[in-house]
Amino acid sequence: MTQSDPRMPARRARRGASAALKSIAGFVVIVATTYLGLLAVTFFIGRVVPIDPVLAIVGDRAPARVVERVRQEMGFDLPYYQQFILYVKGVLHGDFGTSVLTTNPVMTDIRRVFPATMELATVGTIIGAAFGIPLGVLAAVRRGSVADQVVRIVGLIGYSVPIFWLGLLALLVFYARLGWASGPGRIDVVYEYTFTPITGFYLLDAILARDWAIFRDVFSHIVLPASLLGYFSMAYISRMTRSFMLNELGQEYIVAARAKGLSETRIIWGHALRNAAVPLVTVIALAYAGLLEGSVLTETVFAWPGLGLYITNSLQNADMNAVLGGTVVIGSVFIAINLLSDVLYRMLDPRTRAR
Amino acid sequence: MNREKTTMRIRPLLVSAAFSLLSVAAGIAPAYAGTPADTLVQAWAIDDTITLDPAESFELSPAEFIGNGYDMLVRLDIDDTTKVKGGVADSWTVSDDGLTYTFKLKPGIKFASGNPLTAEDVAWSFERVVKLDKSPAFILTQFGLTGDNVTEKAKAMDAGTFVLTVDKAYAPSFVLNCLTATVGAVLDKKLVMEHAEAKTPNADYKYDTDFGYAWMKTNYAGSGPFKIRDWRANEILAMERNDNYYGEKPKLARVIYRHVKESATQRLMLEAGDVDVARNLDPGDLEAVTKNADLAVTSAPKGTVYYISLNQKNEKLAKPEVREAMKYLVDYDAIGATLIKGIGEIRQTYQAKGVLGALDASPYKFDVAKAKELLEKAGLKDGFSVTFDVRNTQPVTGIAESFQQTAGQAGVKVEIIPGDGKQTLTKYRARNHDMYIGQWGMDYWDPNSNAEAFTSNPNNADDAAVKTLAWRNAWDIPQLTEQVKAALLERDNDKRADMYKKLQQEALDTSPFVMIFQQTEVAGMRGSVKGYKLGPSFDSNFLAPISKE
Repeated sequence: MTQSDPRMPARRARRGASAALKSIAGFVVIVATTYLGLLAVTFFIGRVVPIDPVLAIVGDRAPARVVERVRQEMGFDLPYYQQFILYVKGVLHGDFGTSVLTTNPVMTDIRRVFPATMELATVGTIIGAAFGIPLGVLAAVRRGSVADQVVRIVGLIGYSVPIFWLGLLALLVFYARLGWASGPGRIDVVYEYTFTPITGFYLLDAILARDWAIFRDVFSHIVLPASLLGYFSMAYISRMTRSFMLNELGQEYIVAARAKGLSETRIIWGHALRNAAVPLVTVIALAYAGLLEGSVLTETVFAWPGLGLYITNSLQNADMNAVLGGTVVIGSVFIAINLLSDVLYRMLDPRTRAR
Repeated sequence: MNREKTTMRIRPLLVSAAFSLLSVAAGIAPAYAGTPADTLVQAWAIDDTITLDPAESFELSPAEFIGNGYDMLVRLDIDDTTKVKGGVADSWTVSDDGLTYTFKLKPGIKFASGNPLTAEDVAWSFERVVKLDKSPAFILTQFGLTGDNVTEKAKAMDAGTFVLTVDKAYAPSFVLNCLTATVGAVLDKKLVMEHAEAKTPNADYKYDTDFGYAWMKTNYAGSGPFKIRDWRANEILAMERNDNYYGEKPKLARVIYRHVKESATQRLMLEAGDVDVARNLDPGDLEAVTKNADLAVTSAPKGTVYYISLNQKNEKLAKPEVREAMKYLVDYDAIGATLIKGIGEIRQTYQAKGVLGALDASPYKFDVAKAKELLEKAGLKDGFSVTFDVRNTQPVTGIAESFQQTAGQAGVKVEIIPGDGKQTLTKYRARNHDMYIGQWGMDYWDPNSNAEAFTSNPNNADDAAVKTLAWRNAWDIPQLTEQVKAALLERDNDKRADMYKKLQQEALDTSPFVMIFQQTEVAGMRGSVKGYKLGPSFDSNFLAPISKE
């Protein structure tokens, strides 16, 4: 390689750049088709349901004259494909239409409710991972022992007991009986007037405002629903950790490490978990995304004004603009989280790093 | 060294795990203060609030907000709900020809903003409703008001005199009752117009201003005992005492409504003292609240009735004997004692109790033999099959199942088609059902509202312009339709009441409506809440007399 062509690096760089461009273009195409598909499916489901969309807007008691006028105003008298084209045009301009239920633009609503869900899901996932990973490791190391069985049962309960029931039970015990945590909602009524959210993440906002009384209040509100979601995701994370760990512990490098005389702790936490962490990132990311969209029941029980509650409410009121907007946001978050976990994957796994 | 590295690596994990464990197990004890003494906190499902604009709002929870935040010309007298009393109007007269209503306003009234309330504001509020022409506008336009004539027909003679000219000599009680509706709220013209947006007139909308329509969705411009301070959809609505109110000052400084959907959650919050009043308690939770010594329960019949209807397009259901037989196949006693206990009262006539001319009669009892006899007369000795569209919420699901069982005893095979509320309603409105169970709330507190809905059907054709409940069930009743019209023009109040009684009797005997019950609104509250009284309509759930100990 002593006589290498001086133009080589430039060419390689160019090739690299065009490859990157190509992969970015490919990615954009995939994302765009996914979005279009998502929009189309949700849109048409929304239109095929045997619910009169005008009824949702004007209510049962509106006179026939008003019903007819609104039908025309909203373009519901147009053929479906024209309605869809109009809708996609709006979305491309960042306009998801107006929610019937709140009369705000859908994006304004989502900007308001999404932080609530995200804050809850984030705290929930942190709790889930903080408990799930150590428990999973424990179960793998002590495979077949009592500890393994206990982790299995605890996990199974978390995964199979309806979260709705568990939520009410948690409220009953920790809020109503013991008074350890605050009840439903994000913040006490007392603070409604003194607290102005900046980011919409109340914990963060309280820290930014350096108002520790509010922080305590917000924390004691979030602790129950977040623990519940955390428990739910812990079940999943601990099962997956266990199986990844078992896989790693059976590898030859572990035998080699043992032969070298490394301590068991070092082997488990330093080597095996380090390698198991790579697929775990995907698992945790998926669990997180799942909590973002799947905490509808928790939000209902805890009167948590988040996205799940917003979409369910909208669906029940046939408020299709809001449902569509919410679906697109969740879709985007899914794509973003997948991207993020890909990046983390590369950071954690040297083999996937570009040479 | 290895060990050290290991601990370093897992330390963050352990710390975070321990922290979570600590917070879950030990908890952070919340400040346990209950609600502030000058603030009433209510847990209520307020997701039906879609606007705060009296010209557009037509739902239940906003009626309460508007009823307390605004004042109308006249208000319902909650001590005798067949009458009205003055709101911003001090007195009123009706001309001999019955066409001109002259209202003298109470002097010196101010809006919450500090602007004086004059007849000009009243006239402009009427104009705004008629020109915006939203869902509840018909309550005013039915008097012959249109966008072209409203400034003439609803007019301020001077600062203290407002004159309304109607197109026919209606019963004065009808006109006055309609004016108590939230759509009749008096708005602060000056304040609203400061926030009005300019519009370009076109074929659909002829005016160059939006009359503050966009602003009013989330804002407030009234003169009631409370002002609406803040509203976040599906989250919270906060009201604050209006110190400019001319009448008796409210004792509370604030009333806060928190959107809580779940009955069980509401009950827990009530028991813990985080809310003072819980508004959506199921029969089960209600019973627990009743038994709790720290809590109390109050209730009032509301203007909503529940009924089963029989589509007359189905030839079997169209037979008079079958219609009557169905009324004998409802187990009224069992439904009253279980399914609607505490949340409703059995009622077989379609006018709500307490409204002018309401007929209190309940001749039907569950009687299989009688029903069988009627079915035999109809030539359906062996019964028949029929479908039943039922929305999947209580108590209607329970009532439908009860009916399915009792009707089965007479050989009527009922197939229940469960569906989402809007879905069953869409089918019902298109007249594609056999049987339907639904509720009907009065549009305004006057017997004409329900009389029109249940016993008037001007045109039974599929493309009719007016689609009443009678139309939805294809019940063709030209004679009754005329009687409803006549009652509207009867200026003698007692005679008018009798006409409505006669209509209800007719419906009781022959209509395809099997009336089941009238809704009761219940609220559970802390023992410390005093003076909490629910009215007959949501806009008369007055907050001003409430106090806390």
